[in-house]
Amino acid sequence: MADNMKFDLVSPERSLVSGEVSSVQIPGADGDLTAMQGHAALITTLRPGLLSISGPAGDDSYVVSGGFAEINADGVTVLAERALHQKEMTQDLYNDWVAEAKAAHANAAGDAVDGAAKLLADMVAMGGHIGLDPNQANL
Amino acid sequence: MANLKDLKNRIASVKSTRKITKAMQMVAAAKLRRAQEAAENARPYAERFNAVLGQLAASVAGSGSAPRLLAGTGEDKVHLLVVMTAERGLCGGFNANIAKLAKTHAQSLKAAGKTVKIITVGKKGRDNLRRDFGDLFVSHVDLSAVKSLGYANAQDIAKDVLTRFDADEFDVATIFYSKFVNVVTQIPTAQQIIPAAYETEADADSGAVYDYEPSEEEILADLLPRGVATQIFTALLENNASFNGSQMSAMDNATRNAGDMIDKLTIQYNRSRQAVITNELIEIISGAEAL
Repeated sequence: MADNMKFDLVSPERSLVSGEVSSVQIPGADGDLTAMQGHAALITTLRPGLLSISGPAGDDSYVVSGGFAEINADGVTVLAERALHQKEMTQDLYNDWVAEAKAAHANAAGDAVDGAAKLLADMVAMGGHIGLDPNQANL
Repeated sequence: MANLKDLKNRIASVKSTRKITKAMQMVAAAKLRRAQEAAENARPYAERFNAVLGQLAASVAGSGSAPRLLAGTGEDKVHLLVVMTAERGLCGGFNANIAKLAKTHAQSLKAAGKTVKIITVGKKGRDNLRRDFGDLFVSHVDLSAVKSLGYANAQDIAKDVLTRFDADEFDVATIFYSKFVNVVTQIPTAQQIIPAAYETEADADSGAVYDYEPSEEEILADLLPRGVATQIFTALLENNASFNGSQMSAMDNATRNAGDMIDKLTIQYNRSRQAVITNELIEIISGAEAL
């Protein structure tokens, strides 16, 4: 546990976290994974979910959606299309995201349907995870 | 004397113009600082993103299974030009320079027998291109209501472009925007976004061999559309910074010119006033002499 590695969480608009952490839990497209110092080099895409970090500065979690994580010998870099501190995530915002995923699902055609359905399901699951009500978004 | 009053009015009017241009310059300077900050904040994301995409693109390039966004449609007939300008003028040659670059590009494409389609972002570019290429417009994005540019704006534009690409409406897409160098220098730039031309990383030794999850192709298929949005976002931010920089220097010039004009008018005013006084004196003296 003692070994720390570099961690960056970046969204297109700003850099959210940049510092030392001991472990990062990443919501990868194929399942959650926890990266620690010495993890094999890996690039994975993200599904909407909760990214948790723990390190010398304490534990923290962020809501991320879209993008990818890059793990290498230097550390972990997460590029999320949307990233927010968990505290900043409100029900209203969440409703917007779910509504957007729903709209995408409704408009998807052909091969895109599965992807959109998965995105929507992930969105809803994420809501349950962080204590926001996905059903409210139906209103 | 009427002449004197006219001059006085003109000086007053130029003075108030100078006040306005001075205020605009200061507003532009404040906005420029914010725009530059936004552009700087966006840089790490774009750099990392492009690097990883470049890496992925390089590894897929030879395999023949590259997605369409990377490999293109295999044809080169229909070109889509996304011309990004500002919503407002009073910024020197900013809008005109971008429009000019787009125009020459469009003309050479037309001369080569290609079909050209144009999407305009920002009102000024649309006005500028309407006369020559009005019949080529396929869409327009209005950003006048947007106070601060967000990634969502770029996503909307990217979505529009990608939908058109999926519907086979064009083969090659190029964006036109102004790259911000400093306050006095902005370079109008054309950048091809579809098929994507990513710089493949030269330092192959730096990278450990990555595992990919899911497969490289799937990641690439997921990331390429986002890459389009990222490039558009970068362009929008650069453009915004360029616009404010350009406006700032234009307004600085205008303020200085107004100052020069006021000086000239004041001299003229004083001269005519002096002439009036001299005239009156001559009249009095010659009147006194006549007695």
